[in-house]
Amino acid sequence: MTPILQTAIELIVAAGLVGGGFFALVGSWGLIRLPRPMQRLHAPTKATTIGVGAALLASSIGSLPVTGTVSIQEWLITLFLLLTAPISALFLAKTLILRGEADPDLPDPGTGTPWATLGQERPDP
Amino acid sequence: MLKRLFPHPYLSLTLIVLWFMLVNQWKLGSLVMAVILATILPLVTSAWWPDRARVRHPLRLLGYTALVFWDIIVANFQVAYVILFIPRDKVQSRWLTVPLDLKSPEAVSLLAGTITMTPGTLSSDMSACGRALLVHALHAPDPDAVRDQIKSRYEARLKRIFE
Repeated sequence: MTPILQTAIELIVAAGLVGGGFFALVGSWGLIRLPRPMQRLHAPTKATTIGVGAALLASSIGSLPVTGTVSIQEWLITLFLLLTAPISALFLAKTLILRGEADPDLPDPGTGTPWATLGQERPDP
Repeated sequence: MLKRLFPHPYLSLTLIVLWFMLVNQWKLGSLVMAVILATILPLVTSAWWPDRARVRHPLRLLGYTALVFWDIIVANFQVAYVILFIPRDKVQSRWLTVPLDLKSPEAVSLLAGTITMTPGTLSSDMSACGRALLVHALHAPDPDAVRDQIKSRYEARLKRIFE
């Protein structure tokens, strides 16, 4: 491996770590700073996803000079994060709506039926 | 028979690929384990996913994924800007109703996931009949523009892929 390539990889890894750390920090700061519960939900779903994603990308590329290959397992962690973040956010949002802690001015669905969380409970099939 | 054994072929294929990514090596033993998992997991979970997913253009999903990845990066800069620089009482959070044209449950869940991951929006609930999504926007001075963007940028593409 040429020294120039080595330096380039180190630069990418450093950028990933610093950038990822920055976004994770911003996400946590948003949790403290935003006043309403629904607003606070936005910070962890987005900012931390790219924060962790960038750190994992750095880790994946960082193994290139050591082992000679890019490590794939970090991509899996990123994929699972992308799959699970919307689901946990949806659960939290539904909980807030059901407990009446979300912003009260819910719009009308426009379909003649109520929002699922506030509708009649259906028995499990 | 084959349909009974593999109720969701796409899920089985995905599981095989994921298992190989997880073990990070090419061995026959890994393939055996991958096939076992790809058979058992869809069978066990098929009670919660009764209908087979129909994907009309699987290749176009790749283009859609690339678009969403790009938007996630942009979204993070926008949300970071809102968190860091807009005064707390000036952040205009709004609820939006997004009426759905999509019917396939897989497409709707993909759309809801996309909305959550992209610029300042969070899918929060669905109408009881499944024809509208409740979306929370972190900072939307113009809610109609956000709704139109969701419909034209994501829903139209998903409709072309799935229906």
